[in-house]
Amino acid sequence: MKQLLAFIRKEFYHVFRDRRTLLILFGMPIVQIILFGFALNSEVKNIGIAVLDNAHDVQSEQIIAKIQSSSYFQIKDAVLNYKDIEKRFKEGEIKCAILFPANFGSDIYKTGGAQIQVIADASDPNTATVVTNYLNMIISNYQQELNPNAKLSYQIIPEVRQLYNEEQNGSLNFIPGVIALIFMIVSTALTSVAVVREKELGTMEILLVSPFKPIMVLIAKAVPYLVLSLIDFIIILLLSVFLLNVEIRGNLILIFAESILFIITCLSLGLLISNLTSSQQTAMLVSMMGMMLPTVFFTGFMFPLENMPKIFQWISYIVPSKYYYAIIKGVMLKGLGFSYVWKETLVLAGMAMGLLFIALKNFKIRLS
Amino acid sequence: MENKAIICKNLTKQFGDFKAVDSISFDVEQGEIFGFLGANGAGKTTAMRILCGLSFPTSGEATVAGFDVYKQQEKIKKNIGYMSQKFSLYDNLTILENIEFYGGVYGVSRPEIKTRSSELITTLGLEKEAKKLVGELPLGWKQKLAFSVAIFHRPKIVFLDEPTGGVDPVTRRQFWDMIYEASANGITVFVTTHYMDEAEYCNRISVMVDGRVEALDTPANLKNRFNTDTMDDVFYQLARGAKRASD
Repeated sequence: MKQLLAFIRKEFYHVFRDRRTLLILFGMPIVQIILFGFALNSEVKNIGIAVLDNAHDVQSEQIIAKIQSSSYFQIKDAVLNYKDIEKRFKEGEIKCAILFPANFGSDIYKTGGAQIQVIADASDPNTATVVTNYLNMIISNYQQELNPNAKLSYQIIPEVRQLYNEEQNGSLNFIPGVIALIFMIVSTALTSVAVVREKELGTMEILLVSPFKPIMVLIAKAVPYLVLSLIDFIIILLLSVFLLNVEIRGNLILIFAESILFIITCLSLGLLISNLTSSQQTAMLVSMMGMMLPTVFFTGFMFPLENMPKIFQWISYIVPSKYYYAIIKGVMLKGLGFSYVWKETLVLAGMAMGLLFIALKNFKIRLS
Repeated sequence: MENKAIICKNLTKQFGDFKAVDSISFDVEQGEIFGFLGANGAGKTTAMRILCGLSFPTSGEATVAGFDVYKQQEKIKKNIGYMSQKFSLYDNLTILENIEFYGGVYGVSRPEIKTRSSELITTLGLEKEAKKLVGELPLGWKQKLAFSVAIFHRPKIVFLDEPTGGVDPVTRRQFWDMIYEASANGITVFVTTHYMDEAEYCNRISVMVDGRVEALDTPANLKNRFNTDTMDDVFYQLARGAKRASD
């Protein structure tokens, strides 16, 4: 036990004396939370819109006023003709344009059907969809105002509620993803590098010759990174609550327990990688390419899994972070209890044990 | 039996068809400085790994400090020290922290670590540098420190794997003074080297060729036997017959 403590103390010296490690450890979570929370906002606001009003009648002016007053749009200088619109699209000044034909107002009353052209820049399909939805909404609202007494034979009004995130806080979705990413970086990448570094330096040999048991080497390497991962986790939680106004609904103990389970999975992965590689660069590369990219792609926090081809969906089943993401999202944001996430927990626990077993076994084989 | 530090009898390590170590037998006396020579690929490292308790032999017998290499690896590890050509201390730990770490790993008690490390630092004349990071020391000092750390827990035998690689001649000389001192204190020294002048410093040397021990005697006797006055020549005559390509 004393031996183990001496070893763990040494690991902490390494961490706290290496500026790069410190930067990754404490800079990364803060930067990621700020980036995802503020910069990479998926909400759409202040979209540049061009208006080509050939009608200049009361109705078109009223619609334009409505667009102007909404916070979604920002009307850019008036355009003169169709060509001008295309030019402004290319310059990136506007994301959408709305065109009123010459006799827009009179068409409404005379023919009972007027047309407006809406053009959106679909090079970014998500924004284009959101923008056209907003415009549709504004126009249909206006329609209802025009004839409030219209006798429709029936009317269906959907009452929409956005559960678990009524304020449409964009932060909610990515926070569990960022947590998974940080754990991958700290527990998998940094741990594997820490072990491989000893191999590169030749100190691993000395440790193996010492009476210190090989399995203890692994434990001594893993414990500091488990602690550091938890510190990072607390930093992220605090930032989420106090900076991004995220409400944590679930049981904190359950959240921590699940996180520790996932950290152990990541640590086992890191140790496994360190057994299979012999240089720090390779270990870093394998961790980054082999573990972080799947985390970004296959957990569903960046790209919806449901839209992926079947084969990718299958691949996603072997990515541990997918399960952790599902658990944390459910517990933290929806306030689910253990009875809702036991399946994912079981899969994760199975993965953790499997990986740990392989890692330990490999470490022993390398010795004989 | 008791006064032998290392005993090997027909020790063999086989990887598939390849006999890395081919039935070697030798004894090392207690307190002896034993030179373990051989060209690259001759099987020195494999043999040394077995004796250090890092790998099991395929056949044959061996005891290190009286403990069996098959069954008592843990006890062997407690009774030996080890230093390799690769620098084996941590650059971003101070001298004291390195000593404390290795002392801790070998289970030396904390007060004992304190007294021994301050003694050691005085002996090495490193009082001013004790709180400096090891990375800032010159290589010669690092190697001397590494050796001191390897015998810090007072092992019965210390294994030195090309300990003076890349070190200047003056420092090498000082290094060998330290080896003599350790030997005088009763520590058996088992050392591999490529420097033939160092081979001359050993009490006895063995030369491995293609996995076998081809010669084992005092440097003087070996020179007599091969009818030459340099160890270089002895080594060359033996290694010339090697069939294995060096790696």
